[in-house]
Amino acid sequence: MAIVERPRIYEGTRIPSPIPTVLRTPEDLRENDDVLRVNFGPNHPSMHGVLRLIVDLSGERVVGTEAVIGYLHTGFEKTMEQKTWWKAITYPERIDYVGFQNDELVFVLAIEKLLELEIPQKAVWMRMLLCELNRIHSHLVFLGTGALELGAISMFWYCFRERDLVLDLFELVTGVRMHTRYFQTGGLAEDIPPGFYAECRTFVDWMPKAVDDYESLIGRQEIWLDRTQGIGLLSADDAIALGQSGPVLRASGVDWDLRKTQPYLAYDEVDFDVPVYPNGDVYDRYRVRIDEMRQSVRIVAQCLDRLEGMEGEPWIADDRKVVLPPRHELHTSMESLIHHFKIVTEGYRVPEGEVYVAIESPRGEKGCYVVSDGGPRPWRVKFRAPSFVALEATATCMSDALVADLIAIVGSLDSVMGDTDR
Amino acid sequence: MTFESVPGLVETRKEHDETTLVVDPARILAACRHLRNVEGFNFLSDLTPSDYLGWGSRGVAGYYGTDKGRDLNAPAGVGASVASQAFSRVPRTKPKRFSVSYHLLALRADPARVRVQVWIDEGEALESVISVWPTADWHEREAWDMMGIRFEGHPNLQRILMEDDWEGHPLRKDYPIGGEPVRFSGEE
Repeated sequence: MAIVERPRIYEGTRIPSPIPTVLRTPEDLRENDDVLRVNFGPNHPSMHGVLRLIVDLSGERVVGTEAVIGYLHTGFEKTMEQKTWWKAITYPERIDYVGFQNDELVFVLAIEKLLELEIPQKAVWMRMLLCELNRIHSHLVFLGTGALELGAISMFWYCFRERDLVLDLFELVTGVRMHTRYFQTGGLAEDIPPGFYAECRTFVDWMPKAVDDYESLIGRQEIWLDRTQGIGLLSADDAIALGQSGPVLRASGVDWDLRKTQPYLAYDEVDFDVPVYPNGDVYDRYRVRIDEMRQSVRIVAQCLDRLEGMEGEPWIADDRKVVLPPRHELHTSMESLIHHFKIVTEGYRVPEGEVYVAIESPRGEKGCYVVSDGGPRPWRVKFRAPSFVALEATATCMSDALVADLIAIVGSLDSVMGDTDR
Repeated sequence: MTFESVPGLVETRKEHDETTLVVDPARILAACRHLRNVEGFNFLSDLTPSDYLGWGSRGVAGYYGTDKGRDLNAPAGVGASVASQAFSRVPRTKPKRFSVSYHLLALRADPARVRVQVWIDEGEALESVISVWPTADWHEREAWDMMGIRFEGHPNLQRILMEDDWEGHPLRKDYPIGGEPVRFSGEE
């Protein structure tokens, strides 16, 4: 039996200096030792997307790391400046293409903050429900692909089985499996379709059992523990200094979740726990995400309870300057036709100002900084991408790592390259 | 919370429940150090440069009229000739071309957020805040890459998203959209 070394969180700091994101090969090693420089990525089967790591190896030990990003840069922020506000909503969900619903939410919340628009309760709760489903979806992708990279192939099939259930729910509500564009400024694009609650209830009953399945598959499995415990260490102080958020921060023992500490939507009205683990290793990051899936199911169930009592209530704000008029009115009302035409062609105007909105996306603090000059198009849109920040921690996590752990460590930071490069 | 003791403080604004501290660009490092050490803003959420070239002038998103509103008697083609633009006003003028906003968070039991903003012109540089928050490393590299803002004292100020030999800074307002030569397509 292998000896499982218990994880120890280090004293002091391990952030490299002077460049915090680059682990430099020590001078004496580079001169006297046989250091091998390996280019890992941007195209490699075990990389999440197109991340490139330049790794210096001394034997099996990683002595130098530098992450190179930008291979998926598509200029979303620049493109959004050219679109009217309501057309720009399509873009954020393509940035973080795994946590799409949360990205859509943060941009819509930013517009609504500038407009000072109140949204109906039904929309609030439905947004929360979909964002939590999306969180489950994102964590399933992490767990499935993360385990696959360490050789646990069956996890992938199990996780993607439930992932499909989530996507089926999205399809039922929005007609699209991913990148739904279901959140509209002022509320939701359409009413919740009949039959959704029943389907979602079935999923809520099923999902906890599925999480039990995952845990029984790898949660106590010797190889999984060996390969995840005590590696990729990140202390609480270093995590904060490096701007880490979300599951990575909570796995380092910091009890910080924006849904609790700075609640948005109606998160202060639902009952859920924030999982926190103290060791800051790959295993704890996995534990946090497993527990978060259970908590998300709890939130979804509470949202369903509320939503079922809201039959017939409006799902979008009644503000004709911003919200498209109901379709049937276009045939009978001249004003509605004009409003529809103006919003579609010219777009609505958003008052001058700047706002920063932050939400807890599956990967951590997703921020959206928006500047409006009072026109129909955003002047500036900037996303605070948690994946971008997470990759800044690679150098710190990778000190003392073995080359075999490298994949597990990068995987545990759960970066989505679309989000990193935007 | 008052921020009167922040070094180089020029102006404090409160809009949409958000506090913005406009700070003298020459003293940004001192201001950031003060905010972390004294006020407890231990977490840098985001660092965003914005380009205000052409802000409020014709042909850009927010052009509607004069600062007094639309002039109804102006001849067509001058001022607000687009009828739907009504009596909107041109937006408030900005002091300089670029703003750099630091979104800070106090990660503690009673959380707080604040935005520190500096205004600079083309060619002016800012002090790097890596020594205050190490996470600023990539944020500053991105600001350099996308907007061409220089950060003095940054140990590794290279392009991060664009290729190393890229010319220009794509998120600037004067950077052309489209017109990029397409590789391979129609190439002999």
